[in-house]
Amino acid sequence: MALAATQVSDTKSESAVAKTASSELIACPNCDWLYQARIPEEGGRAVCKRCHTVLITTRQEAGIRILALGLAITILVAAAVFFPFLQISAAGIGNRASLLDIATSFRSGALVLVSAATVMLIVLVPLVRTLLLCYVLGPIVFGRRPAPHARIAFRTAQELKPWAMTEVFAIGCAVALAKVTDLARLEFGPAFWMFALLSVFVVIHDAYVCSWSIWKSLEDAE
Amino acid sequence: MTTAKEAGLVACRSCASVWPVAQEHCDRCGARLVSRHETSLQQVMAWWAAGLICYIPANMYPMLVTETLTSTQRNTIVGGAFEIAHHGEYGIAAIVLIASVLIPISKFMAIAYLCLSVHRHSAQSALGRQRLYEVIEFVGRWSMIDVFVVAILSSLVQLSVVASIHPGPASLTFALSVIFTMLSARSFDTRLIWDRSDCNNNELTEAA
Repeated sequence: MALAATQVSDTKSESAVAKTASSELIACPNCDWLYQARIPEEGGRAVCKRCHTVLITTRQEAGIRILALGLAITILVAAAVFFPFLQISAAGIGNRASLLDIATSFRSGALVLVSAATVMLIVLVPLVRTLLLCYVLGPIVFGRRPAPHARIAFRTAQELKPWAMTEVFAIGCAVALAKVTDLARLEFGPAFWMFALLSVFVVIHDAYVCSWSIWKSLEDAE
Repeated sequence: MTTAKEAGLVACRSCASVWPVAQEHCDRCGARLVSRHETSLQQVMAWWAAGLICYIPANMYPMLVTETLTSTQRNTIVGGAFEIAHHGEYGIAAIVLIASVLIPISKFMAIAYLCLSVHRHSAQSALGRQRLYEVIEFVGRWSMIDVFVVAILSSLVQLSVVASIHPGPASLTFALSVIFTMLSARSFDTRLIWDRSDCNNNELTEAA
């Protein structure tokens, strides 16, 4: 399947390659194989023949969809941070926690580091990444010149990708529920459902981001 | 039919563009250009060792301290999973065990194997090893589940004397262990797998 969709052709000869490092060439970041870049048809993808890494994906109106999802993610993160996330009650005593409380729950000594890491991984990194992508893609989608420092912004967004752990946190909630079932009664707050939706949006959002296409359009727009 | 290196070029790992080998920074995205990270394996093993060192106390010290009216309970990672299983939630217990024990341990073994295989110019299939690397990179972050569970529980279960949960020291070392192994996997230059594999030709005919 993946191979059938391959649209990159091998470079014909070394002499053609050695002439200049033109933007027409594309090298697989994982195995260094060199190709003459050819943009696949809409909805198709270009796959490295040697290591099967996806090099280019094209989706209809990816730019505007990334922007729309980015906006939705920003709103959901902001809301999910402040509304109560989970509520608990036992023996007449109750407690509710927002994402902010959860992220700052390690209060003593070195455990503050864990707290900082949690805030980063589940709130800050996904939010910053989304905002950076909007910043980079906004002007391009609307046919303007790229924003200042758009390249650094996009590179940072791509570097942050593995550190955005929204969906991991969602599974963590399920485990937390199971752990306290015999201790107290747990209920979901409104922010929990926002967060569940958020996890889905983040995954779709990532699927639309094709690094090569965005670099290309950044370059073309300048 | 060649690699960027053999063509006298250097590829940018951040944006896949190609430049003359002497160039230091990518003109398209600004990333530093390195044809092959020669010290990649040392970096990988350094992070790997740091991760392994942190993983040991992460399993010996309690992850969660649960205080109720009558008792104080300290649970390690594995102890906590058995506790959940004891309540009949086998699926959840399995998630915890997979995320906090199976994934980290197989990750330690897989990274060590990949480094050794590159170092010894292994004849194992390069494609297979590339796949293994991709799996490691994908599953690594899922180990953070247990840290997040501790964060959720210790902020939520604060019911004065009835019940309260506090994070134990293992939550710090475990989080560090996960972060170090993620950094370890990310420092690995997968192009080394392909450079030093003898089976390039086989794969080419397969792909043609």
